[in-house]
Amino acid sequence: MSEGIAFYAIFFAAIFTNNILLTNYLGMCSFLAVSREVSTSEGLGGAVIFVMTATSVLNWLAYHYILVPFDLVYLRYIVFIVIIAAFVQLVEMVIERISDKLYASLGIFLPLITVNCAILGVSLFMVIRNYTFFNSVFYGLGSGIGWTVAIIAMAGIRQKMARSRVPKGLTGAGITLIIAGIMALAFMGFSGMIKIT
Amino acid sequence: MAPIPQLLIGIGAISAVTTVLAIIMVIADATIANYGDVQIRINDEKEVTVEGGRPLLSSLMEEKIFIPSACGGRGSCGLCKVQVTSDIGDYLPTELPWISDEEKTENIRLSCQLKLKKDISIQIPEELFNVREYECEVASIVDLTYDIKQVILRLKEPAEINFKAGQYIQFQVPEYELTSESVYRAYSMASQPSRHNEVELEVRLIPNGICTTYVFEHLKEGDTVTINGPYGDFHLRETDARIIFIAGGSGNAPVKSILYNMLENNNSREALYFFGARAVRDLFLVDEMKELENKLSNFKYIPALSEPLPEENWKGETGLITEVLDRHIDSGENTEAYLCGSPGMIDAAVAVLTKNGIPEDKIYYDKFA
Repeated sequence: MSEGIAFYAIFFAAIFTNNILLTNYLGMCSFLAVSREVSTSEGLGGAVIFVMTATSVLNWLAYHYILVPFDLVYLRYIVFIVIIAAFVQLVEMVIERISDKLYASLGIFLPLITVNCAILGVSLFMVIRNYTFFNSVFYGLGSGIGWTVAIIAMAGIRQKMARSRVPKGLTGAGITLIIAGIMALAFMGFSGMIKIT
Repeated sequence: MAPIPQLLIGIGAISAVTTVLAIIMVIADATIANYGDVQIRINDEKEVTVEGGRPLLSSLMEEKIFIPSACGGRGSCGLCKVQVTSDIGDYLPTELPWISDEEKTENIRLSCQLKLKKDISIQIPEELFNVREYECEVASIVDLTYDIKQVILRLKEPAEINFKAGQYIQFQVPEYELTSESVYRAYSMASQPSRHNEVELEVRLIPNGICTTYVFEHLKEGDTVTINGPYGDFHLRETDARIIFIAGGSGNAPVKSILYNMLENNNSREALYFFGARAVRDLFLVDEMKELENKLSNFKYIPALSEPLPEENWKGETGLITEVLDRHIDSGENTEAYLCGSPGMIDAAVAVLTKNGIPEDKIYYDKFA
Protein backbone atom coordinates (compact mmCIF):
# COMPACT_ATOMS: atom_id res chain seq x y z
CA MET A 1 0.00 0.00 0.00
CA SER A 2 1.13 3.46 -0.70
CA GLU A 3 -0.11 5.50 2.24
CA GLY A 4 3.31 5.22 3.79
CA ILE A 5 5.17 6.77 0.88
CA ALA A 6 5.73 10.50 0.91
CA PHE A 7 4.72 12.41 -2.20
CA TYR A 8 8.25 13.76 -2.70
CA ALA A 9 9.65 10.23 -2.64
CA ILE A 10 7.24 9.24 -5.40
CA PHE A 11 8.04 12.42 -7.28
CA PHE A 12 11.80 11.85 -7.32
CA ALA A 13 11.46 8.12 -7.83
CA ALA A 14 9.33 8.77 -10.92
CA ILE A 15 12.06 11.00 -12.33
CA PHE A 16 15.10 8.90 -11.56
CA THR A 17 14.84 5.38 -10.14
CA ASN A 18 11.59 4.46 -11.86
CA ASN A 19 11.85 6.61 -14.95
CA ILE A 20 8.89 5.53 -17.05
CA LEU A 21 10.87 5.66 -20.27
CA LEU A 22 14.13 4.09 -19.24
CA THR A 23 12.95 1.49 -16.72
CA ASN A 24 9.55 0.61 -18.20
CA TYR A 25 10.42 1.44 -21.79
CA LEU A 26 7.07 3.12 -22.30
CA GLY A 27 6.52 6.02 -24.68
CA MET A 28 9.16 4.72 -27.03
CA CYS A 29 7.80 5.63 -30.44
CA SER A 30 7.61 9.38 -29.96
CA PHE A 31 10.89 9.12 -28.02
CA LEU A 32 12.59 7.63 -31.06
CA ALA A 33 10.87 9.84 -33.60
CA VAL A 34 11.17 13.27 -32.00
CA SER A 35 14.54 13.06 -30.26
CA ARG A 36 16.54 14.50 -33.14
CA GLU A 37 16.68 18.07 -31.87
CA VAL A 38 16.78 19.44 -28.36
CA SER A 39 14.31 22.24 -29.08
CA THR A 40 11.55 19.97 -30.41
CA SER A 41 12.22 17.51 -27.57
CA GLU A 42 11.60 20.30 -25.09
CA GLY A 43 8.28 21.10 -26.75
CA LEU A 44 7.18 17.48 -26.73
CA GLY A 45 8.45 17.03 -23.17
CA GLY A 46 6.44 20.03 -22.00
CA ALA A 47 3.32 18.62 -23.61
CA VAL A 48 3.94 15.22 -21.98
CA ILE A 49 4.44 16.76 -18.52
CA PHE A 50 1.21 18.68 -18.81
CA VAL A 51 -0.90 15.86 -20.21
CA MET A 52 0.48 13.22 -17.83
CA THR A 53 -0.25 15.33 -14.77
CA ALA A 54 -3.69 16.39 -15.92
CA THR A 55 -4.78 12.94 -17.09
CA SER A 56 -3.57 11.26 -13.92
CA VAL A 57 -5.83 13.66 -12.02
CA LEU A 58 -8.81 12.99 -14.31
CA ASN A 59 -8.24 9.26 -14.43
CA TRP A 60 -7.78 9.03 -10.67
CA LEU A 61 -11.12 10.74 -10.20
CA ALA A 62 -12.83 8.58 -12.82
CA TYR A 63 -11.33 5.43 -11.32
CA HIS A 64 -12.19 6.11 -7.68
CA TYR A 65 -15.55 7.82 -8.18
CA ILE A 66 -16.98 5.91 -11.15
CA LEU A 67 -15.21 2.62 -11.73
CA VAL A 68 -14.65 1.45 -8.13
CA PRO A 69 -18.14 2.26 -6.75
CA PHE A 70 -19.83 0.45 -9.65
CA ASP A 71 -17.39 -2.46 -9.53
CA LEU A 72 -16.23 -1.75 -13.07
CA VAL A 73 -12.49 -1.75 -12.50
CA TYR A 74 -12.05 -4.10 -15.45
CA LEU A 75 -13.12 -1.28 -17.74
CA ARG A 76 -10.24 0.95 -16.70
CA TYR A 77 -8.24 0.55 -19.91
CA ILE A 78 -10.97 1.74 -22.21
CA VAL A 79 -12.16 4.50 -19.87
CA PHE A 80 -8.64 5.81 -19.38
CA ILE A 81 -7.94 5.84 -23.10
CA VAL A 82 -11.16 7.63 -23.93
CA ILE A 83 -10.58 10.24 -21.25
CA ILE A 84 -6.99 10.83 -22.37
CA ALA A 85 -8.01 11.16 -26.02
CA ALA A 86 -10.86 13.56 -25.31
CA PHE A 87 -8.77 15.64 -22.94
CA VAL A 88 -5.90 15.98 -25.39
CA GLN A 89 -8.27 17.01 -28.19
CA LEU A 90 -9.92 19.59 -25.99
CA VAL A 91 -6.63 21.06 -24.81
CA GLU A 92 -5.39 21.26 -28.40
CA MET A 93 -8.49 23.19 -29.45
CA VAL A 94 -8.19 25.60 -26.54
CA ILE A 95 -4.49 26.23 -27.08
CA GLU A 96 -5.00 26.78 -30.78
CA ARG A 97 -7.71 29.31 -30.02
CA ILE A 98 -5.96 31.33 -27.35
CA SER A 99 -2.30 31.49 -28.30
CA ASP A 100 -0.46 30.99 -31.57
CA LYS A 101 2.85 30.99 -29.73
CA LEU A 102 1.84 28.29 -27.28
CA TYR A 103 0.29 26.29 -30.11
CA ALA A 104 3.48 26.49 -32.13
CA SER A 105 5.69 25.41 -29.24
CA LEU A 106 3.43 22.86 -27.52
CA GLY A 107 0.09 22.41 -29.23
CA ILE A 108 1.23 20.63 -32.34
CA PHE A 109 2.77 17.87 -30.23
CA LEU A 110 -0.49 17.09 -28.50
CA PRO A 111 -1.95 14.76 -31.16
CA LEU A 112 1.33 12.83 -31.05
CA ILE A 113 0.86 11.93 -27.41
CA THR A 114 -2.81 11.00 -27.46
CA VAL A 115 -1.68 7.49 -28.19
CA ASN A 116 1.52 7.62 -26.18
CA CYS A 117 1.59 4.49 -24.04
CA ALA A 118 3.53 6.24 -21.28
CA ILE A 119 0.48 8.41 -20.58
CA LEU A 120 -1.77 5.37 -20.23
CA GLY A 121 1.00 3.58 -18.32
CA VAL A 122 1.14 6.28 -15.67
CA SER A 123 -2.62 6.09 -15.12
CA LEU A 124 -2.51 2.31 -14.86
CA PHE A 125 0.50 2.20 -12.53
CA MET A 126 -1.06 4.72 -10.19
CA VAL A 127 -4.21 2.63 -9.72
CA ILE A 128 -2.34 -0.68 -9.59
CA ARG A 129 -0.06 0.74 -6.91
CA ASN A 130 -3.04 2.21 -5.10
CA TYR A 131 -1.65 5.74 -4.83
CA THR A 132 -3.62 8.40 -3.00
CA PHE A 133 -4.89 11.35 -5.01
CA PHE A 134 -2.08 13.62 -3.89
CA ASN A 135 0.57 10.98 -4.61
CA SER A 136 -0.93 10.33 -8.06
CA VAL A 137 -0.61 13.99 -8.99
CA PHE A 138 3.05 13.96 -8.07
CA TYR A 139 3.57 10.59 -9.70
CA GLY A 140 2.13 11.99 -12.95
CA LEU A 141 4.19 15.16 -12.70
CA GLY A 142 7.36 13.24 -11.82
CA SER A 143 6.89 10.73 -14.64
CA GLY A 144 6.37 13.55 -17.11
CA ILE A 145 9.52 15.31 -15.96
CA GLY A 146 11.41 11.99 -16.01
CA TRP A 147 10.28 11.33 -19.60
CA THR A 148 11.30 14.86 -20.58
CA VAL A 149 14.71 14.53 -18.93
CA ALA A 150 15.27 11.30 -20.84
CA ILE A 151 14.22 12.66 -24.25
CA ILE A 152 16.22 15.88 -23.87
CA ALA A 153 19.29 13.89 -22.84
CA MET A 154 18.79 11.65 -25.85
CA ALA A 155 18.30 14.61 -28.19
CA GLY A 156 21.50 16.17 -26.85
CA ILE A 157 23.41 12.97 -27.49
CA ARG A 158 21.93 12.58 -30.98
CA GLN A 159 22.78 16.15 -31.89
CA LYS A 160 26.37 15.54 -30.84
CA MET A 161 26.33 12.27 -32.72
CA ALA A 162 25.25 13.87 -35.96
CA ARG A 163 28.91 14.26 -36.82
CA SER A 164 30.09 10.84 -35.68
CA ARG A 165 30.24 7.86 -37.96
CA VAL A 166 27.70 5.24 -37.04
CA PRO A 167 27.95 1.77 -38.62
CA LYS A 168 25.59 1.77 -41.58
CA GLY A 169 23.18 -0.88 -40.34
CA LEU A 170 22.72 0.92 -37.04
CA THR A 171 21.83 4.42 -38.22
CA GLY A 172 18.53 5.92 -37.09
CA ALA A 173 16.42 3.90 -34.71
CA GLY A 174 19.09 1.22 -34.20
CA ILE A 175 21.72 3.40 -32.60
CA THR A 176 19.03 5.34 -30.72
CA LEU A 177 17.81 2.15 -29.06
CA ILE A 178 21.36 1.20 -28.12
CA ILE A 179 21.91 4.62 -26.57
CA ALA A 180 18.59 4.31 -24.76
CA GLY A 181 19.79 0.99 -23.37
CA ILE A 182 23.03 2.52 -22.11
CA MET A 183 21.10 5.44 -20.61
CA ALA A 184 18.81 2.95 -18.88
CA LEU A 185 21.88 1.25 -17.38
CA ALA A 186 23.08 4.63 -16.12
CA PHE A 187 19.70 5.36 -14.58
CA MET A 188 19.83 1.97 -12.88
CA GLY A 189 22.58 3.48 -10.77
CA PHE A 190 19.84 5.43 -9.00
CA SER A 191 17.80 2.34 -8.17
CA GLY A 192 17.74 1.22 -4.59
CA MET A 193 17.73 4.81 -3.40
CA ILE A 194 13.94 4.91 -3.29
CA LYS A 195 11.43 2.10 -3.71
CA ILE A 196 7.90 2.96 -4.70
CA THR A 197 6.28 -0.20 -5.97
CA MET B 1 -23.38 -9.52 -8.32
CA ALA B 2 -25.13 -11.50 -11.00
CA PRO B 3 -23.33 -11.41 -14.34
CA ILE B 4 -26.13 -9.92 -16.44
CA PRO B 5 -26.82 -6.80 -14.35
CA GLN B 6 -23.08 -6.27 -14.02
CA LEU B 7 -22.74 -6.42 -17.79
CA LEU B 8 -25.53 -3.87 -18.15
CA ILE B 9 -23.91 -1.59 -15.61
CA GLY B 10 -20.66 -1.87 -17.54
CA ILE B 11 -22.31 -1.01 -20.83
CA GLY B 12 -24.24 1.80 -19.17
CA ALA B 13 -21.15 3.26 -17.53
CA ILE B 14 -19.08 3.18 -20.73
CA SER B 15 -21.95 4.71 -22.68
CA ALA B 16 -22.40 7.42 -20.06
CA VAL B 17 -18.70 8.30 -19.98
CA THR B 18 -18.32 8.38 -23.75
CA THR B 19 -21.58 10.29 -24.20
CA VAL B 20 -20.54 12.97 -21.74
CA LEU B 21 -17.14 13.28 -23.42
CA ALA B 22 -18.72 13.33 -26.87
CA ILE B 23 -21.11 16.10 -25.84
CA ILE B 24 -18.20 18.11 -24.46
CA MET B 25 -16.32 17.62 -27.73
CA VAL B 26 -19.29 18.62 -29.87
CA ILE B 27 -19.81 21.77 -27.81
CA ALA B 28 -16.09 22.54 -27.97
CA ASP B 29 -16.06 21.99 -31.71
CA ALA B 30 -18.95 24.41 -32.21
CA THR B 31 -17.57 27.08 -29.89
CA ILE B 32 -13.82 26.92 -29.31
CA ALA B 33 -12.92 25.56 -32.74
CA ASN B 34 -15.44 27.64 -34.64
CA TYR B 35 -13.67 30.41 -36.48
CA GLY B 36 -16.56 31.45 -38.72
CA ASP B 37 -15.95 32.40 -42.33
CA VAL B 38 -12.58 33.77 -43.39
CA GLN B 39 -11.58 35.66 -46.48
CA ILE B 40 -8.58 34.70 -48.56
CA ARG B 41 -7.21 37.52 -50.70
CA ILE B 42 -5.11 36.18 -53.55
CA ASN B 43 -2.55 38.33 -55.37
CA ASP B 44 -4.49 41.46 -54.32
CA GLU B 45 -7.06 40.81 -57.01
CA LYS B 46 -9.18 37.79 -56.19
CA GLU B 47 -11.07 37.20 -52.98
CA VAL B 48 -12.70 34.00 -51.81
CA THR B 49 -14.63 33.24 -48.65
CA VAL B 50 -14.13 29.88 -46.98
CA GLU B 51 -14.99 28.17 -43.74
CA GLY B 52 -12.40 28.90 -41.05
CA GLY B 53 -10.44 26.42 -38.95
CA ARG B 54 -9.23 24.34 -41.89
CA PRO B 55 -5.84 24.27 -43.62
CA LEU B 56 -5.17 26.85 -46.31
CA LEU B 57 -4.17 24.19 -48.86
CA SER B 58 -7.45 22.28 -48.78
CA SER B 59 -9.53 25.46 -48.57
CA LEU B 60 -7.87 26.73 -51.74
CA MET B 61 -8.37 23.37 -53.40
CA GLU B 62 -12.08 23.59 -52.75
CA GLU B 63 -12.05 26.94 -54.50
CA LYS B 64 -10.39 25.19 -57.45
CA ILE B 65 -7.02 26.82 -56.85
CA PHE B 66 -4.45 24.08 -56.80
CA ILE B 67 -1.15 24.56 -55.00
CA PRO B 68 1.28 21.78 -55.96
CA SER B 69 1.60 19.19 -53.21
CA ALA B 70 2.82 15.62 -53.43
CA CYS B 71 1.94 14.29 -49.99
CA GLY B 72 -1.68 15.40 -49.84
CA GLY B 73 -1.30 17.83 -46.94
CA ARG B 74 0.59 15.81 -44.38
CA GLY B 75 3.54 18.19 -44.25
CA SER B 76 5.98 15.62 -45.54
CA CYS B 77 6.82 16.87 -49.05
CA GLY B 78 7.35 20.60 -48.47
CA LEU B 79 5.98 21.59 -51.87
CA CYS B 80 2.84 23.57 -51.07
CA LYS B 81 4.60 26.85 -50.31
CA VAL B 82 2.79 30.16 -50.63
CA GLN B 83 3.78 33.67 -49.75
CA VAL B 84 1.64 35.21 -47.02
CA THR B 85 1.44 38.98 -47.00
CA SER B 86 -0.75 39.47 -43.92
CA ASP B 87 0.26 38.79 -40.33
CA ILE B 88 -0.63 35.24 -39.32
CA GLY B 89 1.85 34.55 -36.53
CA ASP B 90 5.08 32.62 -36.27
CA TYR B 91 6.23 29.55 -38.14
CA LEU B 92 5.08 26.21 -36.80
CA PRO B 93 7.75 23.60 -36.05
CA THR B 94 6.15 21.41 -38.72
CA GLU B 95 6.93 24.04 -41.35
CA LEU B 96 10.49 24.87 -40.37
CA PRO B 97 12.28 21.88 -41.93
CA TRP B 98 11.07 23.03 -45.37
CA ILE B 99 11.68 26.78 -45.13
CA SER B 100 15.06 28.34 -45.91
CA ASP B 101 16.29 31.55 -44.24
CA GLU B 102 15.75 33.40 -47.48
CA GLU B 103 12.15 32.20 -47.66
CA LYS B 104 11.61 33.33 -44.07
CA THR B 105 12.33 36.93 -45.00
CA GLU B 106 9.57 36.69 -47.64
CA ASN B 107 7.20 34.96 -45.21
CA ILE B 108 6.85 31.88 -47.38
CA ARG B 109 4.66 29.37 -45.54
CA LEU B 110 3.62 25.75 -45.96
CA SER B 111 -0.04 26.02 -46.87
CA CYS B 112 -1.02 22.56 -45.62
CA GLN B 113 0.06 23.45 -42.09
CA LEU B 114 -1.63 26.85 -41.90
CA LYS B 115 -5.02 26.71 -40.27
CA LEU B 116 -7.20 29.62 -41.27
CA LYS B 117 -8.25 31.53 -38.20
CA LYS B 118 -8.63 35.02 -39.61
CA ASP B 119 -8.60 36.82 -42.94
CA ILE B 120 -5.42 36.27 -44.88
CA SER B 121 -3.81 37.60 -48.03
CA ILE B 122 -1.44 35.50 -50.10
CA GLN B 123 0.65 35.73 -53.26
CA ILE B 124 0.83 32.76 -55.59
CA PRO B 125 2.46 32.40 -59.01
CA GLU B 126 0.07 33.62 -61.70
CA GLU B 127 0.45 30.32 -63.56
CA LEU B 128 -1.27 28.45 -60.73
CA PHE B 129 -4.50 30.07 -61.87
CA ASN B 130 -4.01 27.93 -64.98
CA VAL B 131 -4.02 24.81 -62.90
CA ARG B 132 -7.29 23.00 -63.37
CA GLU B 133 -8.89 19.80 -62.28
CA TYR B 134 -9.49 17.45 -65.20
CA GLU B 135 -11.83 14.53 -65.35
CA CYS B 136 -10.38 11.89 -67.68
CA GLU B 137 -11.10 8.46 -69.04
CA VAL B 138 -8.38 5.84 -69.12
CA ALA B 139 -7.83 5.32 -72.84
CA SER B 140 -5.13 2.68 -72.63
CA ILE B 141 -2.76 0.94 -70.25
CA VAL B 142 0.27 -0.68 -71.87
CA ASP B 143 3.20 -2.54 -70.30
CA LEU B 144 6.44 -0.79 -71.22
CA THR B 145 8.53 -3.17 -69.12
CA TYR B 146 7.71 -5.68 -66.41
CA ASP B 147 7.43 -2.84 -63.85
CA ILE B 148 6.58 0.26 -65.88
CA LYS B 149 3.20 0.94 -67.43
CA GLN B 150 2.23 3.58 -69.93
CA VAL B 151 -1.13 5.09 -69.04
CA ILE B 152 -2.94 7.32 -71.50
CA LEU B 153 -5.77 9.46 -70.14
CA ARG B 154 -8.27 11.07 -72.49
CA LEU B 155 -9.46 14.41 -71.10
CA LYS B 156 -13.21 14.75 -70.77
CA GLU B 157 -13.95 17.83 -68.68
CA PRO B 158 -12.28 20.22 -69.54
CA ALA B 159 -11.33 18.58 -72.82
CA GLU B 160 -8.04 20.41 -73.40
CA ILE B 161 -4.90 21.01 -71.41
CA ASN B 162 -2.16 23.57 -72.06
CA PHE B 163 1.27 22.96 -70.58
CA LYS B 164 4.99 23.17 -71.18
CA ALA B 165 6.84 20.01 -72.16
CA GLY B 166 8.40 18.56 -69.00
CA GLN B 167 5.70 19.64 -66.55
CA TYR B 168 3.80 17.28 -64.28
CA ILE B 169 0.25 16.64 -63.10
CA GLN B 170 -1.14 15.23 -59.88
CA PHE B 171 -3.05 11.99 -60.07
CA GLN B 172 -5.86 11.55 -57.58
CA VAL B 173 -5.99 8.10 -56.02
CA PRO B 174 -9.41 7.37 -54.53
CA GLU B 175 -9.92 5.48 -51.28
CA TYR B 176 -9.08 1.79 -51.56
CA GLU B 177 -7.37 -0.91 -49.44
CA LEU B 178 -4.10 0.98 -49.06
CA THR B 179 -5.50 4.41 -48.25
CA SER B 180 -8.47 5.54 -46.20
CA GLU B 181 -8.62 8.95 -47.87
CA SER B 182 -7.99 10.07 -51.40
CA VAL B 183 -4.39 11.19 -51.98
CA TYR B 184 -2.49 12.89 -54.80
CA ARG B 185 0.72 11.73 -56.43
CA ALA B 186 2.76 13.65 -58.96
CA TYR B 187 3.57 12.21 -62.40
CA SER B 188 5.39 13.89 -65.27
CA MET B 189 3.58 14.00 -68.58
CA ALA B 190 5.25 11.95 -71.29
CA SER B 191 3.03 13.42 -73.99
CA GLN B 192 4.05 16.59 -75.76
CA PRO B 193 1.95 19.79 -75.42
CA SER B 194 0.50 19.50 -78.95
CA ARG B 195 -1.49 16.49 -77.76
CA HIS B 196 -4.05 18.79 -76.13
CA ASN B 197 -6.70 16.17 -75.56
CA GLU B 198 -4.76 13.55 -73.69
CA VAL B 199 -2.13 13.01 -71.06
CA GLU B 200 0.36 10.18 -71.19
CA LEU B 201 2.02 8.98 -67.99
CA GLU B 202 4.72 6.45 -67.24
CA VAL B 203 4.13 4.74 -63.92
CA ARG B 204 6.74 2.52 -62.33
CA LEU B 205 5.59 -0.01 -59.75
CA ILE B 206 6.88 0.74 -56.26
CA PRO B 207 6.13 -2.16 -53.91
CA ASN B 208 3.25 -1.06 -51.65
CA GLY B 209 3.24 2.42 -53.20
CA ILE B 210 -0.27 3.81 -52.79
CA CYS B 211 -0.63 5.20 -56.28
CA THR B 212 1.45 2.69 -58.22
CA THR B 213 -0.34 -0.27 -56.64
CA TYR B 214 -3.61 1.38 -57.54
CA VAL B 215 -2.56 1.85 -61.16
CA PHE B 216 -1.12 -1.67 -61.44
CA GLU B 217 -3.86 -3.63 -59.72
CA HIS B 218 -7.08 -1.63 -59.94
CA LEU B 219 -7.05 0.79 -62.85
CA LYS B 220 -8.75 -0.48 -66.03
CA GLU B 221 -9.33 0.99 -69.45
CA GLY B 222 -12.54 3.01 -69.43
CA ASP B 223 -12.21 4.02 -65.77
CA THR B 224 -12.70 7.64 -64.84
CA VAL B 225 -9.87 9.36 -62.98
CA THR B 226 -9.24 12.88 -61.78
CA ILE B 227 -5.99 14.76 -62.26
CA ASN B 228 -4.94 18.34 -61.68
CA GLY B 229 -2.16 20.39 -63.15
CA PRO B 230 0.03 21.37 -64.87
CA TYR B 231 2.81 22.13 -62.40
CA GLY B 232 6.57 22.49 -62.30
CA ASP B 233 9.37 24.44 -63.87
CA PHE B 234 11.16 21.48 -65.42
CA HIS B 235 11.07 22.61 -69.04
CA LEU B 236 13.57 23.34 -71.78
CA ARG B 237 15.25 26.75 -71.40
CA GLU B 238 15.30 28.79 -74.59
CA THR B 239 19.00 29.03 -75.28
CA ASP B 240 21.31 27.53 -77.89
CA ALA B 241 23.35 25.54 -75.41
CA ARG B 242 24.05 21.84 -75.84
CA ILE B 243 21.53 19.73 -73.90
CA ILE B 244 22.29 16.73 -71.74
CA PHE B 245 19.27 14.73 -70.63
CA ILE B 246 19.77 12.17 -67.88
CA ALA B 247 16.96 9.91 -66.73
CA GLY B 248 16.28 6.54 -65.19
CA GLY B 249 13.13 4.42 -65.17
CA SER B 250 9.93 6.45 -65.40
CA GLY B 251 12.08 9.59 -65.36
CA ASN B 252 11.96 9.08 -69.12
CA ALA B 253 8.51 10.71 -69.25
CA PRO B 254 9.33 14.45 -69.20
CA VAL B 255 12.35 13.90 -71.45
CA LYS B 256 10.17 12.17 -74.01
CA SER B 257 7.74 15.07 -73.88
CA ILE B 258 10.54 17.60 -74.40
CA LEU B 259 12.09 15.60 -77.25
CA TYR B 260 8.85 15.28 -79.22
CA ASN B 261 8.20 18.97 -78.59
CA MET B 262 11.65 19.75 -80.03
CA LEU B 263 10.84 17.61 -83.05
CA GLU B 264 7.58 19.45 -83.70
CA ASN B 265 9.30 22.83 -83.37
CA ASN B 266 12.22 21.82 -85.62
CA ASN B 267 14.60 22.50 -82.77
CA SER B 268 18.01 21.26 -83.86
CA ARG B 269 20.03 21.94 -80.73
CA GLU B 270 22.67 19.36 -79.95
CA ALA B 271 21.21 16.92 -77.44
CA LEU B 272 22.50 13.82 -75.68
CA TYR B 273 20.12 11.57 -73.77
CA PHE B 274 21.66 9.25 -71.19
CA PHE B 275 19.14 6.69 -70.02
CA GLY B 276 20.18 4.51 -67.08
CA ALA B 277 18.75 1.05 -66.48
CA ARG B 278 19.85 -2.25 -65.02
CA ALA B 279 19.39 -4.72 -67.83
CA VAL B 280 17.87 -4.90 -71.31
CA ARG B 281 14.53 -5.86 -69.80
CA ASP B 282 14.42 -2.40 -68.14
CA LEU B 283 14.75 -0.53 -71.42
CA PHE B 284 11.65 0.74 -73.19
CA LEU B 285 10.60 2.86 -76.16
CA VAL B 286 14.03 2.20 -77.67
CA ASP B 287 12.61 2.15 -81.22
CA GLU B 288 10.96 5.54 -80.72
CA MET B 289 14.24 6.97 -79.46
CA LYS B 290 16.14 5.53 -82.44
CA GLU B 291 13.57 7.09 -84.72
CA LEU B 292 14.05 10.44 -82.98
CA GLU B 293 17.78 10.12 -83.59
CA ASN B 294 17.01 9.98 -87.30
CA LYS B 295 14.53 12.83 -87.30
CA LEU B 296 16.30 15.23 -84.93
CA SER B 297 19.53 16.19 -86.62
CA ASN B 298 21.67 16.61 -83.53
CA PHE B 299 20.18 14.11 -81.10
CA LYS B 300 21.83 11.00 -79.69
CA TYR B 301 20.24 8.40 -77.41
CA ILE B 302 22.69 6.62 -75.11
CA PRO B 303 21.16 3.85 -73.02
CA ALA B 304 23.51 2.56 -70.32
CA LEU B 305 23.06 -0.70 -68.44
CA SER B 306 24.57 -1.25 -65.02
CA GLU B 307 23.96 -5.00 -64.78
CA PRO B 308 23.26 -6.45 -68.24
CA LEU B 309 22.50 -10.17 -68.13
CA PRO B 310 24.92 -12.39 -70.11
CA GLU B 311 22.11 -13.92 -72.19
CA GLU B 312 20.90 -10.47 -73.24
CA ASN B 313 24.01 -9.99 -75.35
CA TRP B 314 24.22 -6.25 -74.68
CA LYS B 315 26.55 -4.33 -76.97
CA GLY B 316 25.90 -0.77 -75.81
CA GLU B 317 27.29 1.22 -72.92
CA THR B 318 27.82 -0.62 -69.66
CA GLY B 319 28.27 0.76 -66.17
CA LEU B 320 26.51 3.11 -63.81
CA ILE B 321 24.92 6.07 -65.58
CA THR B 322 27.37 8.36 -63.80
CA GLU B 323 30.38 6.44 -65.16
CA VAL B 324 29.01 6.45 -68.70
CA LEU B 325 28.26 10.15 -68.37
CA ASP B 326 31.78 10.86 -67.20
CA ARG B 327 33.18 9.02 -70.23
CA HIS B 328 31.06 11.01 -72.69
CA ILE B 329 31.27 14.60 -71.58
CA ASP B 330 34.63 16.22 -72.10
CA SER B 331 33.81 19.86 -71.54
CA GLY B 332 30.96 21.58 -69.81
CA GLU B 333 31.15 24.63 -72.00
CA ASN B 334 27.81 26.05 -73.16
CA THR B 335 25.91 23.04 -71.84
CA GLU B 336 22.65 22.62 -69.94
CA ALA B 337 21.62 19.45 -68.15
CA TYR B 338 18.08 18.19 -67.50
CA LEU B 339 17.75 15.34 -65.00
CA CYS B 340 14.83 13.23 -63.92
CA GLY B 341 15.04 10.22 -61.64
CA SER B 342 15.55 9.03 -58.09
CA PRO B 343 17.19 11.42 -55.60
CA GLY B 344 20.24 9.14 -55.38
CA MET B 345 20.75 9.18 -59.15
CA ILE B 346 20.25 12.95 -59.36
CA ASP B 347 22.75 13.70 -56.60
CA ALA B 348 25.36 11.41 -58.15
CA ALA B 349 24.78 12.83 -61.63
CA VAL B 350 24.94 16.44 -60.43
CA ALA B 351 28.32 15.65 -58.84
CA VAL B 352 29.67 14.26 -62.15
CA LEU B 353 28.27 17.21 -64.14
CA THR B 354 29.76 19.88 -61.88
CA LYS B 355 33.08 18.01 -61.90
CA ASN B 356 33.04 18.31 -65.68
CA GLY B 357 32.50 22.04 -65.55
CA ILE B 358 28.73 22.47 -65.88
CA PRO B 359 27.66 25.11 -63.34
CA GLU B 360 24.89 24.13 -60.94
CA ASP B 361 22.55 26.85 -62.17
CA LYS B 362 22.58 25.17 -65.60
CA ILE B 363 21.44 21.85 -64.12
CA TYR B 364 17.67 21.44 -63.90
CA TYR B 365 15.97 18.47 -62.30
CA ASP B 366 12.85 16.75 -61.04
CA LYS B 367 13.50 14.53 -58.06
CA PHE B 368 11.10 11.65 -57.54
CA ALA B 369 11.25 10.94 -53.84
